[in-house]
Amino acid sequence: MVVSGPSGAGKSLLLRAIADLDPNEGEILLDDESREALPAPLWRRRVTYVAAESGWWADAVGAHFAHRDEAAALARSLGLPVACLDWPVARLSTGERQRLALLRALVQRPRALLLDEPTSGLDQNAAEAVETLLREALARGTTILMVSHDPAQAARLASRRLRVEAGRVWEERR
Amino acid sequence: MNFVPLGYGDVAIAGVLVLANGLLSLWFALGLERQIAVATLRMVIQLVLVGLVLHALFNAVSPFWTLLAALVMIAFAGRESIARQERPFAGWWSYGLGTSTVMLAAGLVTVLALTTAVRPQPWYDPRFAIPLLGMILGNTMNGISLGLNTLTVGAARERNAIEARLALGATRWEAFSTVTRGALKSGMLPIINSMSATGLVALPGMMTGQILSGVAPEQAVKYQLLIMFLIAGSTALGSLAAVMLGASRLTDQRHRLRLDRLRPAR
Repeated sequence: MVVSGPSGAGKSLLLRAIADLDPNEGEILLDDESREALPAPLWRRRVTYVAAESGWWADAVGAHFAHRDEAAALARSLGLPVACLDWPVARLSTGERQRLALLRALVQRPRALLLDEPTSGLDQNAAEAVETLLREALARGTTILMVSHDPAQAARLASRRLRVEAGRVWEERR
Repeated sequence: MNFVPLGYGDVAIAGVLVLANGLLSLWFALGLERQIAVATLRMVIQLVLVGLVLHALFNAVSPFWTLLAALVMIAFAGRESIARQERPFAGWWSYGLGTSTVMLAAGLVTVLALTTAVRPQPWYDPRFAIPLLGMILGNTMNGISLGLNTLTVGAARERNAIEARLALGATRWEAFSTVTRGALKSGMLPIINSMSATGLVALPGMMTGQILSGVAPEQAVKYQLLIMFLIAGSTALGSLAAVMLGASRLTDQRHRLRLDRLRPAR
């Protein structure tokens, strides 16, 4: 499902609210299980939010991944050098950070991914590699809710489309 | 060896030296004369008043008045511990956190020292309780102040990193671990520094005071050791309580980062 809408309309806030990162109201179910029935960390392992500019808490890139081998294999498929896991975070470019932040979430195999503009800063090749990876995740049964400003990307990936504008959210039908 | 009593006249001779500061200020047009005069006057009045209060307290040896004096000292220490925070908590949390943790740590450690090591009769004798509490409070207050400041500034600066960990399913304690470790370190660094330097760089005020009043150096050293251990324990306890309570206030039951509970940045 792709979410679109003008800047500042609340697309990121919608994703953050679903991940329960800000105080919010409303009922959310995953496989008939209510969000409030689960401890918040467990909920976020299943429904994982990846910010547009995610943070890094250790100096080395590799320290952010529990399963290094899997991370290395996925990094290669995204066109990143395997050696980048040994780099300091400070050496990464914006685009590399963006892709590695996505990997960080993917290796935990969440049931649903909430992605905030996962390809916004990437060149065409890198963006295509990310889309391929997302299609594989969809094929495995992962639900993806992503913010995108690119109508062509939305057309390629989305089975349903949400529009956020002027404080309202509705489903767009073609 | 004996204690040499001082008259106010003897002190006045030394007081003349302060005039040198004033002359210096006039000579170089530093414009500090007013501040020097006010500071000197304040010091004189505050110390003479404290002398009178302590005199009355020591004569009374009353648990009620001793407790009241201790509470007043704790209230001031609590205020000082949060007075210069860059990102204080909003509302009463700031003062509440500083005062309750300084009271918990310094209170516990002082009572421990009075009932196990020093053992005056009665144990709350203000001649022992008040100076001990004062020395412990001053240092604990510093630890709490530095710990809380590092915690809140760190949480605001590391916001993205903390939320990234939360979003990946970390608990609030895991997500905060880097920031809480930094905060605990900065809370305890001053006491570690002063333990390392004591005896080499600085002769502690209490020890020199005891020596001046005729106590044998090896006894004065034992008292100083006791005080340093008490201060170290109280600082660790106070910093730990303040940083952990602070971290739990900066997050909530659903493991969210709650920077909205800090006062808005100026």
